[in-house]
Amino acid sequence: MDTPFTFSAEGGTLRFAGPLETARIGPSWDKVLAAAVRAKGGRLVFALGEVTACDTGGATLLLEAERAQGSEAVLEGADERVAALLDRLRALPPPGRPPPPPGFNWRDALRGGLGLCTGGIAFVGEAVVALVRLPTRGYMLRPSDLLRVADQAGVRGIPLSLLLGVLIGLILSFQSLVPMRRFGADIYVSNLVAISLVRELGPLLAAVILAGRTGSAFAAEIGTMKVNQEIDALETMGLDPMTVLVLPRLIAAVLVMPALTIALELSGLLGMLLVMVGAGFPPVIIGNQVAYWVTPADFYGGLVKAAGFGAVVAAVGCRAGLSTGLGPRAVGLSTTRAVVGGIVGTILLDGLFAVLFYRLGL
Amino acid sequence: MGEPAVRVQDVAQSFGSRVIYRHVSCEVARGEIFVILGGSGCGKSTLMRQIIGLLPPTEGRVEVLGHDMYADRGEVLREIGVMFQAGALLGSLSLLENVMFPLEIYTRLSARARAQVARAKLALVGLGDAATLMPAEISGGMAKRAAIARALALDPPLLFLDEPSAGLDPITSAGLDRLILDLRRDLGATFVVVTHELASILAIADRCIMLDKAAQGMIAEGDPRKLRDESREPVVRAFFRREEVKEAAG
Repeated sequence: MDTPFTFSAEGGTLRFAGPLETARIGPSWDKVLAAAVRAKGGRLVFALGEVTACDTGGATLLLEAERAQGSEAVLEGADERVAALLDRLRALPPPGRPPPPPGFNWRDALRGGLGLCTGGIAFVGEAVVALVRLPTRGYMLRPSDLLRVADQAGVRGIPLSLLLGVLIGLILSFQSLVPMRRFGADIYVSNLVAISLVRELGPLLAAVILAGRTGSAFAAEIGTMKVNQEIDALETMGLDPMTVLVLPRLIAAVLVMPALTIALELSGLLGMLLVMVGAGFPPVIIGNQVAYWVTPADFYGGLVKAAGFGAVVAAVGCRAGLSTGLGPRAVGLSTTRAVVGGIVGTILLDGLFAVLFYRLGL
Repeated sequence: MGEPAVRVQDVAQSFGSRVIYRHVSCEVARGEIFVILGGSGCGKSTLMRQIIGLLPPTEGRVEVLGHDMYADRGEVLREIGVMFQAGALLGSLSLLENVMFPLEIYTRLSARARAQVARAKLALVGLGDAATLMPAEISGGMAKRAAIARALALDPPLLFLDEPSAGLDPITSAGLDRLILDLRRDLGATFVVVTHELASILAIADRCIMLDKAAQGMIAEGDPRKLRDESREPVVRAFFRREEVKEAAG
């Protein structure tokens, strides 16, 4: 049967019995240190005659008691190995104080924000330079990479775009139909849904899909390459990571985003059609409404926005990957940054497009 | 003589039709430093994975601290500490938190006590000042020492070290060998070490077994110094002759 560990204190004498082991000493730890503190200024004695076993955890408790009391204890009845173990721990340098936990600092936050901005500007600059120099360094841009990324970001994203498009079309038209019917304006639901999908929601939702599926994948892939020093290897081979890794992703994202957007818009219109047909409107009427009210400028403007959003999402994802720190945790942080940054960047750019289109009268 | 810390009985391992080894049997006495050695690909790490309960053997039986490893795995795992080849420290935790992790799960120590014990373990392996560093911020040698500190967290009577010296410079490697010898002396622990570093084997091993890829099994067992001097087995002689070449060159 296991002997229990027991502890008692009489003045400066701390008496231990049974196994002085990590697994047993937990409940007595604070009592031992409190007894040692009470013995401050006097003589500290460890009565260890009844100790049956001692491990480094037990020896650490004795050492911490000595530190709490402020002097080296006298060992009574200690086994040779227990004494040796305690001596070994005593000989180690005392551990330094842990640094205080980092608090919020305005200066650091400002510096971090500024660094993020300048890093982003530098990244855009490097990407532009890589694009300009591409004709002389075309050998670095492998078509197979471009096609693989386009397949991953575009073709494989189409089913999700179709599904989300139908659902959004159904929900939007159903939610609008009920209040608009009160005013006899239910026929205009088709205009509302079609224009909002083509001008705004289509590109925006496609960008969100791209950020969640592809921006995060870019960050994880490039981040892992950075952690494994693959990017260093590319550089030592004389290859520019911007041209080899970033440009194919940027180009692919810009090319596939209009396709994703068209898929989302068409399926959204289909969802709207289902609701309107269910509400008693013939499909021809709905078709006429959409064709009359949605102008080519709406459609092409949406596609231009989609291409811009694609560039932003891909750039943010690649930048997050390239700025990955060390260790597996850093890759996780990079993917989070890619998704959050991609969505925020997309919405900011959407605001700029809104102002631009207003100025151009579109 | 008491019950051995590890008993491997007629163990075999194959992956599909590929046989790694057959008929491997050995015993590790308590308090001993036992080395599993051999060339690359002979199955040293595979044998260690079988002993620590990560890979059930195709044939045979493994007993650790008197228990059948695959019948009482949960019970045995509390009694052993393992250092993996690359350290396998949890990347999202600091070195101190890595060492505190098993203490949090298996002991009733308060957070403060856990931190004090963990700091002592880190100090034992010479990392007293590196407690707050993250695994990504330290060198390979430090990662191995931190992994040893984590393996020691619960003061297990049996420790397994997979390639502790691999990839380290000779000075760091010698430091690790000294640490293993010190820990055996101070803690009375048993060590099973997988390595092919000759200098380490000769410095720390009480006994060893040698596996060979071509023979698909064990080709030698005993005191490594005696094997070096007396073995007539060509592969064993070739293995140890590398050391003589090194000495001659030095």
